[in-house]
Amino acid sequence: MKHAVSPARRDPPWLVAILIGISVAYLALVLLLPLFTVFAEALRRGLAPLLQSFADRDAIAAIQLTLLIAAIAVPLNAIFGLAAAWAVTKFEFWGKSALITLIDLPFSISPVISGLVYVLLYGAHGWFGPALDTLGIKVIFTVTGIVLATTLVTLPFVARELIPLMQAQGNDEEAAAATLGANGWRTFFQITLPNIKWALMYGVLLCTARAMGEFGAVAVVSGHIRGKTATMPLHVEILYNEYNFVAAFAVASLLALFALVTLAVKTFLEAQFADELAAQRWR
Amino acid sequence: MLRPWEAGLDHVWSVISHPRTIAALKLSFGAAFVAALINAIFGTIVAWVLVRYDFPGRRLLDAFVDLPFALPTAVAGISLAAIYAPNGLIGAAFAPLGLQIAYTPLGVMIALVFVGFPFVVRSIQPVLEDLQVEVEEAAATLGATRLRTIVAVIGPAIAPALVAGFSLAFARAVGEYGSVIFIAGNLPNVSEIAPLLIVIRLEEFDYAGAAAVGLVMLAVSLLLLLVLNLLQSHIARRGR
Repeated sequence: MKHAVSPARRDPPWLVAILIGISVAYLALVLLLPLFTVFAEALRRGLAPLLQSFADRDAIAAIQLTLLIAAIAVPLNAIFGLAAAWAVTKFEFWGKSALITLIDLPFSISPVISGLVYVLLYGAHGWFGPALDTLGIKVIFTVTGIVLATTLVTLPFVARELIPLMQAQGNDEEAAAATLGANGWRTFFQITLPNIKWALMYGVLLCTARAMGEFGAVAVVSGHIRGKTATMPLHVEILYNEYNFVAAFAVASLLALFALVTLAVKTFLEAQFADELAAQRWR
Repeated sequence: MLRPWEAGLDHVWSVISHPRTIAALKLSFGAAFVAALINAIFGTIVAWVLVRYDFPGRRLLDAFVDLPFALPTAVAGISLAAIYAPNGLIGAAFAPLGLQIAYTPLGVMIALVFVGFPFVVRSIQPVLEDLQVEVEEAAATLGATRLRTIVAVIGPAIAPALVAGFSLAFARAVGEYGSVIFIAGNLPNVSEIAPLLIVIRLEEFDYAGAAAVGLVMLAVSLLLLLVLNLLQSHIARRGR
């Protein structure tokens, strides 16, 4: 279509030039400048101080904590997303549309409010906080709280990617497998999973990116304890507020690098497996 | 140590009607609205350019549209603060004119423009791609100028998607926290956003205050999104 533009769609060259110019300038100013600045500020004093920032014990602890949180929250939401999508698309049950709406909820509310909900439930003065405290269980200002908040905020990614795709694919292949005598697990691993594997990977990718970068919800429940409950984004905040800009931008540049890899893999998946993805709108 | 339901409606009302709360809510909703409006205008242009024109680097730019989703908000936040601070790249250019961007409501709006950017583009793009070439050809054959075709044919076709994208950008911006707090400077009554006020109330262990602010945010958001939803279906019906 790009090669033979219909005369009805041909815009005057000056208009094309102006519109492309506006778009490129806007993208450069709004998106690329902030990205470039992260790396420029991290390298402001050269490479040595940048690398030195990663030798810091608290920075290493923050990186480890972020990886741990993602390693718990992402598999949980991948399993939940699979189960929810399977339930919603293969069965009819009462309250189905309510469930779909509910899955979307974490995208519609402020992450700060998602965190607030956990403080109201499990905080020192929350609903269950005092009761859990007598059992020696603490949620708020601990890793447990961060895992809960991250899991809530990243809950929709896998489910949202799988539901439209599995709806489009329908039940025919599963029904055929059942007729031929395959049991539920065999059907899942030999029919359903191969059909949705790229979409699942796409959902997991977006989920991982958000799990590692989540700030608002985690900030509310973590308590910002250096080296203990500070994830990478929170560690960036701590360093920045201490005017330790090189170190703050060093950790930030690592997160930015990860964001670029995410974008690259996402673009690759979209280009290669377009018809095997629902390519949900990202949020 | 009171939650709203324990403190009674009087306490909830005193928190909500406090000038500082009202200022924060006004800023969050106002800046989110302006930012979404800016993104609606430029997002439409960018979507049009990415779908209709071919130029070197188009696919790369297309991929970068999603950057605000991929980049952690805290990273964007400190970067924007560095750019627009009085000694930053852009901040320094405006400082001699007496215009300060960082640590003012203007800075808040700039951060919200960043986080909301992809929504409008990604809403309009698929609609533009699906628009049949015959429709525009028919308009041209019937003697419509290009401008008339854009206003009378293409405009109504993308309008519902534009409103949908605006709503998503607006909703996201209202609740945004990480990318805003660094550039905002967080002066009470001036550049303090509502989500930050929730965090501050929680740090004071004023659960009731925090929950009250959160409830108002949810209620107002819900109301505005309902209005935008009605607007969207109204436009969609008229376009048919």
